[in-house]
Amino acid sequence: MSADPKGVLTGVHFLDGDHACCEGALAAGCRVVFGYPITPSTEVVERIARRIPTVGGVFVQMEDEIASSIAIQGAAWGGQKVMTVSSGPGISLMMEHIGYAAMTETPCVFINVQRAGPSTGLPTLAAQGDMMQARWGSHGDYEIIAISPNSPQECFELTVHAFNLAERFRVPVMFMMDESVGHMTERVVIPNPEQLKIENRQPPTGPKEEFLAYRPKKNMVPEMAPVGAGYKIHVTGLTHDERGYPVMTPEVQHGLVVRLVDKIRKQRDQICINEEEQIEDAEVVIVAYGITSRVVLRTLQMARDKGLKVGVFRPVVVWPFPEERLRQLAKQVKAFVVPELNLGQVVLEVERIAAGDAKTILVPHAGGGLHDPLQILQVVEEVLR
Amino acid sequence: MSKATNPVESYLRMDRMPSIWCPGCGIGIVVNCFARALQQMGVDHDELAVVSGIGCTGRIAGYVDIDSFHTTHGRPIPFATGLKVARPDLKVIVMSGEGDLVSIGGNHLIHAARRNSDVKVICVNNFTYAMTGGQAGPTAPRHSIATTAPYGSFDKPFNLPFLADSTGAVYVARWTTYHVRQLTRSMAEAMSKPGFCFIEVISPCPTIFSRRNRLGDGLDAMRYYKNSSKVVNGANTRMVGLDLNGPIIVGKFIDRDRPTLLEAMDEEIGSKLGKRYVPYATTGVQR
Repeated sequence: MSADPKGVLTGVHFLDGDHACCEGALAAGCRVVFGYPITPSTEVVERIARRIPTVGGVFVQMEDEIASSIAIQGAAWGGQKVMTVSSGPGISLMMEHIGYAAMTETPCVFINVQRAGPSTGLPTLAAQGDMMQARWGSHGDYEIIAISPNSPQECFELTVHAFNLAERFRVPVMFMMDESVGHMTERVVIPNPEQLKIENRQPPTGPKEEFLAYRPKKNMVPEMAPVGAGYKIHVTGLTHDERGYPVMTPEVQHGLVVRLVDKIRKQRDQICINEEEQIEDAEVVIVAYGITSRVVLRTLQMARDKGLKVGVFRPVVVWPFPEERLRQLAKQVKAFVVPELNLGQVVLEVERIAAGDAKTILVPHAGGGLHDPLQILQVVEEVLR
Repeated sequence: MSKATNPVESYLRMDRMPSIWCPGCGIGIVVNCFARALQQMGVDHDELAVVSGIGCTGRIAGYVDIDSFHTTHGRPIPFATGLKVARPDLKVIVMSGEGDLVSIGGNHLIHAARRNSDVKVICVNNFTYAMTGGQAGPTAPRHSIATTAPYGSFDKPFNLPFLADSTGAVYVARWTTYHVRQLTRSMAEAMSKPGFCFIEVISPCPTIFSRRNRLGDGLDAMRYYKNSSKVVNGANTRMVGLDLNGPIIVGKFIDRDRPTLLEAMDEEIGSKLGKRYVPYATTGVQR
């Protein structure tokens, strides 16, 4: 279906990533936001606070990130599309409820405008140090979806997509911006509402008395009943059966947790989005995401100018990881070069998938700035020597 | 002859009985009073939702045949606030224990009271973390014995009605599980009143708290509540703190009116934005 026109600020704008993300959420139909201020994500909730009352929504600044991350889930079960917004220290506080959302299959979007850590770190400067936390920061086995935009235009478009994925798969979706993308101002084109594809959770289809709140459908996702409609649902973070009732057995635990993981892992072809540049004849492929995927385009240009056969692979959706495509590429190329604004996180997945078929070389950066494209080029040249 | 049924069964998930609660525990009485309050009010099952946290009392959500949410430790109040914001047409009731609501969830409690979030909090106070085996909690009386206070609790307990009152609750009452009629009436009053309502229920934990503190069984707790309680409606909440095995002041302490979170939001933003304000209530999610 197309978007509710109230939330769509159609036109050509000059926005930073944080503001574009806010517009993406409103365009997606998000009408309840709870948040707590933290640099460098505050601009998202500031714009939400100003805009959401004009589109029929509610923003409440909560007492902390813990409250924000669970209040959105109350609103999600109340039928709303919801999000909260934070950065490293706040996201750390939200981890408990990312696990709760995964376990209870509550659709919600967590915006993380990453800054350098650990702890308070560099509050105003970029990093990509939360990638593994986004995936597995809460305790126990689960899978989420993480998206990594690299421009304000994408902050708009992919925020809309994040809501669609959250609704379709009933998972928390981590929107992994970083300070550079959040504070970068560029042209953002917001289309007409009817040009936007909007997805909603699947409501119950069968007879009410036969409804089981956690019986998965073909896509491994259960239908989601609204509150106050006679379904008498019970939702718990405890291990539960198809009725939603707690059952403390290894069998029920196995069935539930395997499904929660498989609904993402086994349907990754529906979720993964990749971009490739000059990959056809490449001997070295640079794997980069987020802001770094723009930095490496300069490296690519310099390399090609020198006649080096280099390409770029960019996972737009980082989790689940695009395993199949990278496995193919590993057989084609000599090496993967992986620059990240951390000391080696996504590179571990690349290395695992390459499985010795191609060398994998990390270009680390502790955060607080971006890579020098030349530094990445030097690593590429080293590999090709 | 048909099987005899309990009149409150329609509010319970009978397929989950028996409950996990011990003999003599007061939580079942609280559930009974809640169901009777709903019955007396003639509230339909679909007009409300129940939200609990973690602990013995947190299991209430699993036993009521109502849309119900068993959330994380300490967080039922912000979950309830979110649900109420999304569905202002529903009554949203939080039922949880004092360890959940006042210790780990204390920050949420005081802020929900401050902003007058329109949720009803029924806080079962049994003075201990019973599910984990009897550790000292935020209301553990001075000198009471707990596994984590083996020589006696030495820090000052919270006086819950005073806490709720001073942070802005519009309705504050305290009863014991002996006072079933009064408790039922208070629940009905709170559920009919807009704004943040707080009811403390003093409840026995014979298996853990009473045994360790040599306070007898469930029946002894009832005798104690009967003999040591004094009804003082409108009491100064500052004066209603509790001691181990001491007198218990019960009653309805606070009943006042002020705008709820959403009312205040509508008023403030509406007065500034005029026609540009699109109140959430007009956009209609399943209403």
